[in-house]
Amino acid sequence: MTRTILLAVPVLALASLSTTAASADAQDQELSLGKDVYDRWCAGCHGVDGAGAGPGAATMLPRPRDFTRAQYQVRTTGTGELPTDADIMHVIDVGMPGTAMPGWEDALSRDEREALVAYLKSFSRFFESGPEPTPLEFGSAPSSSEATITEGARLYQEIECWQCHGQAGRGDGSAAATLDDDLGFPNYAADLTRNWLFNGGGAVEDIYRVLRTGLDGTPMPTFSDLIESDIVTDDQLWSLAHYVRSLSPARAPAVREVITATLDESELPSTPDDERWASVQPFYVPLAGQVIVKPRWFSPRVTNIWVRALHDGEDVVLLVSWTDPTQSPSSDPDWASFAQRVVDTMEPKDEGSTWEPGAPDRLVVQFPQTLPSGLERPHFLQGDARRPAYLWSWSSEEDRAVEMVAEGLATGQQQPDENQQLSAVSTWSEGEWRVLFRRPLMTPDIAADLQLPLATAVPIAFQAWDGDNGEAGKQNAVSTWYFLALEEATPATVFMAPVAAFVLTAAFGLGVVARAQRRYTEAEERAGQAGGA
Amino acid sequence: MFKLPYLRNLVTSSLATAVVMGCGGGDGDGGAEDAGEATAAVMEHPVDAATAGSITGLVIFTGTPSEGDMIDMSEEPACAEVHATPPMRMPAVVGADGGLANVFVHLSEGLDPSLQFPAEEAAVLDQLGCEYVPHVVALSTGQQLTVRNSDPVLHNVNTTPTENRGFNRSQPQVGMEFQTSFPTAEVMIPVRCDVHGWMESYIGVTAHPYHAVTGEDGSFALERLPPGTYTLEAWHELYGTVTQSVVVPESGDVEVMFEFDESMAGRHVPLRPTLIISHERDGRATAVRATQQ
Repeated sequence: MTRTILLAVPVLALASLSTTAASADAQDQELSLGKDVYDRWCAGCHGVDGAGAGPGAATMLPRPRDFTRAQYQVRTTGTGELPTDADIMHVIDVGMPGTAMPGWEDALSRDEREALVAYLKSFSRFFESGPEPTPLEFGSAPSSSEATITEGARLYQEIECWQCHGQAGRGDGSAAATLDDDLGFPNYAADLTRNWLFNGGGAVEDIYRVLRTGLDGTPMPTFSDLIESDIVTDDQLWSLAHYVRSLSPARAPAVREVITATLDESELPSTPDDERWASVQPFYVPLAGQVIVKPRWFSPRVTNIWVRALHDGEDVVLLVSWTDPTQSPSSDPDWASFAQRVVDTMEPKDEGSTWEPGAPDRLVVQFPQTLPSGLERPHFLQGDARRPAYLWSWSSEEDRAVEMVAEGLATGQQQPDENQQLSAVSTWSEGEWRVLFRRPLMTPDIAADLQLPLATAVPIAFQAWDGDNGEAGKQNAVSTWYFLALEEATPATVFMAPVAAFVLTAAFGLGVVARAQRRYTEAEERAGQAGGA
Repeated sequence: MFKLPYLRNLVTSSLATAVVMGCGGGDGDGGAEDAGEATAAVMEHPVDAATAGSITGLVIFTGTPSEGDMIDMSEEPACAEVHATPPMRMPAVVGADGGLANVFVHLSEGLDPSLQFPAEEAAVLDQLGCEYVPHVVALSTGQQLTVRNSDPVLHNVNTTPTENRGFNRSQPQVGMEFQTSFPTAEVMIPVRCDVHGWMESYIGVTAHPYHAVTGEDGSFALERLPPGTYTLEAWHELYGTVTQSVVVPESGDVEVMFEFDESMAGRHVPLRPTLIISHERDGRATAVRATQQ
């Protein structure tokens, strides 16, 4: 008996040793796979050492995550807590909208992504000890109603969300100009009217979660203390989430190739705030930093515009609107320092930057100078000598728009005054520019101006500058080519032809039937006569 | 250098856990319960008062201190009206006699890491008139810090430590309070309010109670120290750190002076991980004299 025990002890000890060894082995293998995946796909931005300063990092704002601090924005845990594995996995899967971080769910296998989570955690000692982080209890979203939206709007005022996000939610609050992230880089307050760009997701559940957890590493704090101090109820915080959600469109906008200018034979709207614009379809046009020609720009503030178009057969009106927290140059000196900080932060610092404090906001609507016969369009950065671009160029400095011809980015020459047929009216309110352009479809200046024929796909593109974000000259945001189609009045023949065809067909059919009946009757009569004889 | 305090915290927190478990479960092990209560309730100061020494010191500034900036509080009238004189952002506060205020002085080396100190009362970090009061907080590891908002405006309390976990909590209502503590020694932890870009504070956390923050006369005092040789460090947000070796006599006091001057000014980039400038000035810093009491 004693001997058995004496034998069993070392055997058991050996067995447990080998189990430990096997699991350590599996861990090593996972970390090794995680490292392979990381070094190949992640290190370019996040750095081999995980400190968020890879070769690509300096051209990014916000900067890539520094894993050595173990501070993660998107979590289900409280502020200052570590994220759960599922939290890290979630961001790997879906990416960080509005930043350079893509989702990897389709690109990497589940094993690879799990190994990556383990490897990311190995960058910080904070993950080495301590209990597994526990997610907060969120419950499920109560349904939204007019009352919850009203309550949410009240809370938005009361707890001062507008300090950073602004009264209309466009990231234009009075504190927005001085925001930094924890690493000292300038931080943009989120534009709450574009939920498809929210860090952590744009659904009402995501918004509520961020209110509870904050976005650690950014200025966005947790508001959980309001619930814990019995100042607001959980339902009230959900109402705030519903209200924030209601500031964005019900669905994320889709990109369309063709911007239609609807025919409106009543008087065209003459101001950007005309109520009739509300019933005109808005077209979503995404913009990206100009990174083709030097000096390049990797941190554009205007990442999309909205375009609405109408014409009356004589003139076309184009309403272009976009989020911009300031009327550059802002009278608030903090915005000048914000722009300077963005300029100082962003790499590469190509030669030829023309930005100086005081730079205005600008918007350019770009066309080819002459309609191409085929599919060839000018170079999308304001054409070249062979195919010049014809521009409508608006600036907040003079609050007017002028016609220009350009043979490359920032080479535009203003047309002489007698050839200016373009007018523009602009408004800036609560973090949004609205610029209304108007021009006759046909101009006397046939040689220099693009004529705008009806029912033709006219190439159109856009460029935007935010002076208070350090943008000027070639450092701006650009779109690719789209088409503008001026709706044609439907000619009367379009409505008459089907009616005529119907009448003719019916008459013909009736004739055929009548003739057949007559023949039948005649034949019967003949047969009757023959029988009688 | 963080290893030992860290271990000490581990020991402290395990003991605390033992206390909680002991009190909570009636059927717990009696021996453990007794030990726990003894540790928590009547923890003796580990330094014998009869032989303990003390440090009294002065931090002085020579030259022209950095000028402050006016704070534009026009958008927060509720904060502006708290101030009798126009509020200034003053990274360097120098008193009439040349004393430098807001210097965090602490024993950085030489203390027996196994010493266990009794719990201290909670320290307070208030937000009043859109400023942090005090500007520099001295805290021991595990000591409670009460963070209060005395303003009827939104503040967020955004801490950016590197050795501890940073948090960012909002206090949109007057009178809101929360308690927090830091388990690991760290000099310094920046605190900022993102709503009011000028608001900044620093928390110095040490694994022992031998720390102080100078007032406008530049003076500080550390009491009831075990006699011995220590490194004393003085930290200022703009002028960096200065260290010197100090011998604390048995049952006596040592007087110490730190000197900062205008040439030591770094770039005032508060709230950044790179904010600490170290000045190797042990040679210049002088222990003035030691007196036997």
